[in-house]
Amino acid sequence: MANKTTEPTRRDFMTIAAGSFAAVGGAAAIWPMIDQMNPDASALSLSTIEVDLAPIEVGQSITVSWRGKPVFIRHRTEKEIEEAKAVKMDDLPDTEARNDNLKDDAPASDVNRVKDKNEQWLVLVGICTHLGCIPKGQRVGDAKGEFGGWFCPCHGSHYDTAGRIRKGPAPRNLDVPTYDFISETKIKIG
Amino acid sequence: MAHASSYKPNTAVEKWFDDRLPIMRLMHDQLQDFPTPRNLNYLWTFGGILTFCLVVQLMTGITLAMHYVPHETMAFDSVEHIMRDVNWGWLLRYMHANGASMFFLAVYIHIARGMFYGSYKAPREILWILGVLIFLAMMATSFMGYSLVWGQMSFWAVTVITNLFSSLDSIYPGLGTTIVQWIWGGFSVGNPTLNRLFSLHYLLPFVICGLVALHIWALHVPGNNNPTGISIKTKADAIPFHPYYTLKDGFALSVFVVLFMAFVFYAPNYLGHPDNYIEANPLATPPHIVPEWYFLPYYAILRAIPDKLFGVMAFAGSIGLLLFLPWLDTSKVKSARYRPIYKWFFALFMIDVLVLGYLGAKPPEGWYLIVGRLATAYYFLHLLAVLPLLGWIEKPSAMPGSITDDVLGKKPVAAK
Repeated sequence: MANKTTEPTRRDFMTIAAGSFAAVGGAAAIWPMIDQMNPDASALSLSTIEVDLAPIEVGQSITVSWRGKPVFIRHRTEKEIEEAKAVKMDDLPDTEARNDNLKDDAPASDVNRVKDKNEQWLVLVGICTHLGCIPKGQRVGDAKGEFGGWFCPCHGSHYDTAGRIRKGPAPRNLDVPTYDFISETKIKIG
Repeated sequence: MAHASSYKPNTAVEKWFDDRLPIMRLMHDQLQDFPTPRNLNYLWTFGGILTFCLVVQLMTGITLAMHYVPHETMAFDSVEHIMRDVNWGWLLRYMHANGASMFFLAVYIHIARGMFYGSYKAPREILWILGVLIFLAMMATSFMGYSLVWGQMSFWAVTVITNLFSSLDSIYPGLGTTIVQWIWGGFSVGNPTLNRLFSLHYLLPFVICGLVALHIWALHVPGNNNPTGISIKTKADAIPFHPYYTLKDGFALSVFVVLFMAFVFYAPNYLGHPDNYIEANPLATPPHIVPEWYFLPYYAILRAIPDKLFGVMAFAGSIGLLLFLPWLDTSKVKSARYRPIYKWFFALFMIDVLVLGYLGAKPPEGWYLIVGRLATAYYFLHLLAVLPLLGWIEKPSAMPGSITDDVLGKKPVAAK
């Protein structure tokens, strides 16, 4: 028995074929149980919102809710824009714009963080890219961090006036969501 | 298993039953007549205490689930409803919430005892690994349970911890985000997340029960370790589990329950955080997020490392490494009693974990951050460098010839 090599029989073929089919079938049956946890149709349908920018004064910020996430809209002052523009690219931990309206590899210059000529309006997803807390800096009395933008109290990440990460554990700049100006003072997010 | 069965069916009914399902024999041999080292100290009572904790959590949890509503608009209110309206609801909830803390207190003592007396060494490696798996399942269960309250701390704890997976984005872009959204069932923590956490919080305790059964099985193959680390050699070294250790465990359990009930009745919210009595608000993070006390050391490790991915890896590694402890420790001597150098490093490791726990509750800045980094470094240094090297360097002190020799105070023999 030990040294005799035998040709595969029909039974061997049937065993392997049946086993393989059972394995493939089992794997296919597991997929619906995994996929049921993914965002469902009702979550996916919460697509766009419109925001009127007219009441927001210079220097003021508002927070709106989009897809269950906070979106920061800041009407930046001249000083804030100047500060954001003066930053050298070498000083940025994350050099990509993270702007859903632009290509992936766009550099994180201040121009690439806003929409065309509307550099006074900064629109960001207000979720710290470290572990998902909401950074402080939207309200008047809030700590805005060392760079005058936002400060995440959870683990100490500092963002500048263009929402770019400057210091702390967060790996990326705050995301800029897809949005468009549908009039002079109105934007559509999503 | 380890010893010949001493079960004698007394009646015809018992004999009839024993021939068909020898469960009474199993109980008799494993829980009553099981030969146990005669020198176990009170640190060995925590296995029984932990079993008690598991039963309390199951009983209070199943009854709480009869009143709790896992929905984002109703969860918080249903918890308050349990506290105010449900008969004895306040007692069930306070027992369940403080029971989790007591469970962790007991498990940490149990783990530290295993580390001091080398209970993870051959032939108990599988026993130890099962223990680490139970600990991991406990962490997952308590984390999910805490989320169900749907207060501010619950909500933001879920947000921060689930976001740990997003660090995988730096390995393969989009991978982490995909996993996080799969866990959430949406684009942020919301109702689908709460619902599935409830489902899994109900499931995992039964997984723990299964693991505990395996843990006890793996314990009963080699039998208990003991303060000398020397195996049972003669009949004189052992005593039957019942009545000796059932009574000793029973006494220790009574003392433990006094502490447990002191929290339940006199300081039910002492170990909690007041912010969790504010309903979850997805648009405002509390100024200072802290996990429950039993997660603080790991939280400190996570925050000590400035890089997100490495922070998460250190966080996972701090517990994952424990699975390899039986092989990281190269010393053949089990008990730290006979390890003159390890004894001090063990003490340092315990202090290190306590320091990490203290720092986990503090903001990650200034001195806190520096000390946190040093303490994190030592945590890993202890497991990855001190334990492997010490086995080679250290000269064990003289050990007694047997458990009985030690108990009767006979002169120790020189180490081989």
